[in-house]
Amino acid sequence: MSTRFWTGSRRDTLAGYLFIAPQLIGSVLFVFVPLGLVFWYSLHEWNVLADTFTFVGGENYQALADDPKLADALVATGFFSAGLVVLNLSLALLLAVLLNQRLRGTVFFRTVFFSPVVVSLVAWTIVWSFLLQDNGGINGLLETVGIDGPNWLRGEGTAMIAVIVVQVVKNVGLNMVLFLAALQGVPANLYEAATVDGASRRRQFLSITVPMISPTILLTSIITVVGSLQVFAQIAVLTQGGPGTSTTVLVYYLYQQAFQFHHFGYGATLSVLLFAIVLLLTLVQWRMRRKWVFHES
Amino acid sequence: MKIRVVLAAATAGALALGLAACGGDEEPSTGPVSLRMTVWSSNEAHLKLFNEIADAYKAKNPRVTEVKFDPIPFESYTTTLTTQIAGGNGPDLAWLLENSAPDFVNSGALVPLDDTLGKAEGYDAADLSPSATSLWKADGKLFAYPFSTSPFGVFVNTDMVKAAGQQTPAELIAANQWTWEKAVAVAAASSAKNGKAGLVVRDFDYKNWDNLSTVWTGWGAQAWTADGKGCGFDQQPMVDAMTFLHNAIFTGKALPGPGTTADFFAGEAAMTITQISRASLLKDAKFGWDLVPLPTGPKGEYAVIGQAGLGALKKGKNADVAADFLAFFTNPANSAKLAAYFPPPRTSLLTAETLAKTNPLLKPEQLQQVVIDGISTGVVKPSHTGQAEIAQAVRAALDPLWKPDADVKTVLGGVCSAINPLLAK
Repeated sequence: MSTRFWTGSRRDTLAGYLFIAPQLIGSVLFVFVPLGLVFWYSLHEWNVLADTFTFVGGENYQALADDPKLADALVATGFFSAGLVVLNLSLALLLAVLLNQRLRGTVFFRTVFFSPVVVSLVAWTIVWSFLLQDNGGINGLLETVGIDGPNWLRGEGTAMIAVIVVQVVKNVGLNMVLFLAALQGVPANLYEAATVDGASRRRQFLSITVPMISPTILLTSIITVVGSLQVFAQIAVLTQGGPGTSTTVLVYYLYQQAFQFHHFGYGATLSVLLFAIVLLLTLVQWRMRRKWVFHES
Repeated sequence: MKIRVVLAAATAGALALGLAACGGDEEPSTGPVSLRMTVWSSNEAHLKLFNEIADAYKAKNPRVTEVKFDPIPFESYTTTLTTQIAGGNGPDLAWLLENSAPDFVNSGALVPLDDTLGKAEGYDAADLSPSATSLWKADGKLFAYPFSTSPFGVFVNTDMVKAAGQQTPAELIAANQWTWEKAVAVAAASSAKNGKAGLVVRDFDYKNWDNLSTVWTGWGAQAWTADGKGCGFDQQPMVDAMTFLHNAIFTGKALPGPGTTADFFAGEAAMTITQISRASLLKDAKFGWDLVPLPTGPKGEYAVIGQAGLGALKKGKNADVAADFLAFFTNPANSAKLAAYFPPPRTSLLTAETLAKTNPLLKPEQLQQVVIDGISTGVVKPSHTGQAEIAQAVRAALDPLWKPDADVKTVLGGVCSAINPLLAK
């Protein structure tokens, strides 16, 4: 007695595989294979011009441990990330709360704050590079109120701040929209009950709003932290890592080593380090959600 | 379990493909040939001329069905070229900047050209100026043709200089007074009077410091010794030159300070130091202008040259055909055509009469003084093996110099500390 091969269960299984196939093939080709290749390259000395590809084992990792410039790159990366995350999230939340009111003009301001998100990053940054010049638009504005502005992109103390602000203004609208959506999902009856109980606006914000939108805070913080670790175009256009090495963040340092200095193997090793840092921070944030994310759907 | 096996197999296959792409010499093709050459000019007139030369080559060599000129932006040219090579998509021929010459010439990335040029009909390799080809040679072999050997000069907005009541550089030259002191004095006075910039070292922008060799060579300074092992930044000639420059920027206000841009060709500066190939930007100039040699420094008259070479990449599928096209592209007849835009390394073409035919904007005496004399006596901008890494280290170490209260000698000592390990490699 023969049994039918294409049983209903097998058809369902095949259908399931077919549905996930495009995503799976894409992930394998464009995520897992490049990841594997980068790790493979990090074990080699690859001289593109001389066309040599030599296995060196852990030498690049030893060089990583001995690299005196790496600490500067990590400090710059940490400074950029911390500044960006704090400024971006707090400003986005503030804007979302302000624009969550039923007042005239809120739609206009939502559009204004969101519009930089859809502008080309490089074009945006080039415009800002002119505005931030010593004789540029920002200092021109400051001059009208009697302030002699600094040479933003040439000062070791101001260059990184300028890059952070440019990035915050560019992307704060995205987090603002996410926060707005989350705020509009908070049940109104919670605020009504709190008002009846005599809770102040501040207490309502801390005890109702923040816990209720905590999943969105987690999401935006992960996106912003990961994005901040991958900043490149802004640095390349605005400062090229300078002055000195004050804005040479890890990705820019990686780019210099691999594509400018032709140390492709070492550049791959820096990529592995960056991947490990991003993975670690994401896992830490994900684990921390148990403590501070109020609910997850 | 099965998925794990499939993933492992896919990854292994891709890795194998990646490795296969990294190595393995291929047999020269005998079929139709398509050549690609990277250039950093997207100027329509340049590309038109290149295509005319390529069409003539294709007519003589039916096997070559296409010669494509692929413009890459100048700012990222070498990086993009290297990335293309790393990705297995390198061109057959490439323009190369003088600062990347040692890397390309010494790495073995380029096809040696002597045999091909020697066999090319009527090529006359002996006509190539030895001073122009030296940067492109290794072990006595030529690896790239220096298609553009372009001296730096000073373009002057004579309207601005006269409006400031200053003698023009031409008048100063006639009076044998065209010195750096006079040049910055004229620049400062012009800037103060016109509210525009005085003297701009074009493309320097307080980052591309090798352009400052157009200044410091007047003091006899050099970035490193001729053998490339000794740092020159902490030597007295460099300290003197940089002190002069620092004073001119921050005290005399003769040069625009860091973070301030001014385009001479848009009428925003009284003078600019740049190569003569920029003269084409003055075709529709609304102001009076002149081109003069670099001012005299404490060490006397001098000239600085920027070079660009053309090489055939060994890794190309048709390296022999690419070298043959290079020989055709740079033969005497085509070099004469290219001289319209790029000062040639051919001694026979380096005459004021020849250059005047193809550079109508420049007067014969300008061509003689700036171009011909400059090429014969000039030094090439700094170049070193591993130049990109050295350039970055110098840029970062020089940044503290571009402040009003900088201690020039200390900063320059710091530059040497930063690059000595790289020079020793």
